[in-house]
Amino acid sequence: MTTVVSKDLQLKLNEAIGLSCEISEDAFGVLNMELPVNQIFGVVLFLYRDEEFGFNFLTDICGVHYPQLKGRELCVVYHLQSMQRRCRLRIKVYVPLEKPEIPTLCGIYGSANWMERETYDFYGIQFVGHPNLRRILNMDEMTEFPMRKEFPLEDPNREDKMDYQFGR
Amino acid sequence: MKTNQEFLAGLEERHKPEIPYTTLNLGPTHPATHGIFQNVLQMDGERIVSGEQTIGYIHRAFEKIAERRPFYQITPLTDRLNYCSAPINNMGWHLTVEKLLGVQVPKRVDYMRVMVMELARVADHIICNSILGVDTGALTGFTYVYQWREFIYEIYEEICGARLTTNMGRIGGFERDFNQIVFEKTRKFLKEFPPAWREFENLLSRNRIFMDRTIDTGALSLERALNYGFTGPNLRACGVDYDLRAIEPYCSYQDFDFDIPVGTTGDTYDRFVVRNEEIWQSLRIIEQAMSRIESMEPVYHADADHYYLPPKQEVYRNMEALIYHFKIIMGEIEAPEGEVYTAVEGANGELGFYLISDGGRTPYRLHFRRPCFIYYQAFPEMVKDQLLSDAIVVMSSLNVIAGELDA
Repeated sequence: MTTVVSKDLQLKLNEAIGLSCEISEDAFGVLNMELPVNQIFGVVLFLYRDEEFGFNFLTDICGVHYPQLKGRELCVVYHLQSMQRRCRLRIKVYVPLEKPEIPTLCGIYGSANWMERETYDFYGIQFVGHPNLRRILNMDEMTEFPMRKEFPLEDPNREDKMDYQFGR
Repeated sequence: MKTNQEFLAGLEERHKPEIPYTTLNLGPTHPATHGIFQNVLQMDGERIVSGEQTIGYIHRAFEKIAERRPFYQITPLTDRLNYCSAPINNMGWHLTVEKLLGVQVPKRVDYMRVMVMELARVADHIICNSILGVDTGALTGFTYVYQWREFIYEIYEEICGARLTTNMGRIGGFERDFNQIVFEKTRKFLKEFPPAWREFENLLSRNRIFMDRTIDTGALSLERALNYGFTGPNLRACGVDYDLRAIEPYCSYQDFDFDIPVGTTGDTYDRFVVRNEEIWQSLRIIEQAMSRIESMEPVYHADADHYYLPPKQEVYRNMEALIYHFKIIMGEIEAPEGEVYTAVEGANGELGFYLISDGGRTPYRLHFRRPCFIYYQAFPEMVKDQLLSDAIVVMSSLNVIAGELDA
């Protein structure tokens, strides 16, 4: 599907906004990019408006929690899509657990609204500027963010599924 | 000092009655919402001024559960996303895992999958369009075509033993080959369903009442639809031939000959017509797939011993098979590290699976990109300044499935 060479996009981003990030292409034709928090809005807006690439479609937003990465525990993964160039782009933004703030994309994509609410609901990531950042799937009274790794699904003291019982 | 006239004008302004908007709860358990979600509508008489939705009533934390399950045991979770077309979800998940594991499936398996997925799409569209008829007051068409959905379920039953939550397929192929009854029933379906569906179309598509209720109802421009992340028939009704089967083929869809129907205005009627047309195209694909499957060597799974479950008969007799069966079911097989995004053309849009594996037995993170969840947020904009009865048909034609919406 990828008809855009990642080099082209990288060159363009370098020239246009002086961005020095690396765009790599994975084995399945999806472009990968990592951005600092303060650049996400500007870069996505540029990609959205750009006539050559035109990433006019936001496929998906989701969060990931990496407790072992200190200072960048929470990750927001954006999947953008360019329909005219038939290309997918995955952007990752890492934020610290103490200050999980990231600018919202609601002003660019209408679809970002609920996806960001879902990410907030599950991970507690604050989307700054979001018009209605409330829980969406869980109940409003809930105080935890259930998809974080410190909330195990089963009773951790349960002993019928320990590793040694399976020879591990 | 105000003049008399100014004072009077201000008086009028001060005593202007507030517009008495009525707050109306459409749902959570209203028969016309087809699922448990609430729409809080502000009504001016019968006109909708604004609306807001509350969802999550059947949220079951699929993504969290998936983090604790080996890959095989996630298939039953996907069944319950869009339960009207469960096999598409199953195949989408298997494709994702196969991509991660690097399993190559034979052509015949691809065609078998295509056949099953298109049957599922037909079943889903039958439900959506016939229920749209019911929501406009035409019960006849629904009772007439619904038996064909049951017939498709009978075909599923022959393939895998289940009807609704099929849990169909395996990583690397199918559990067993299609038996002869599958082909007989599908052939019967291909022969007897088209006249019935033609009759259903005739009943509704030129029906005065149906047209009045659906044309120009809930229309969304192409720009707004793209901005709202529409995919599937809802986007194609706006006039874009965006179909993952064609632009990003999976399961050898590129070998098939089919058209992508598009609409023009993106209103409820167009969505109805696009779904109708898609059924005809799906029937074409099923026919092609059937003839290819029957003429090929009977292989029905990939040659991937470490990931494909051994057949049950061997498990009973062969020690190696028993061990592999146990290891695979208990999730002993570790997946390579990596991340995969796979999207399939679900019956109501792009169904995506974003899987991050850290080399363990379970996914580190699994995210479902559910089409319903993403486009249902456009509902208030689509029904703004329309009547309450229009909201019913718009919601029906969007094909919002509660299981997929809440995940």
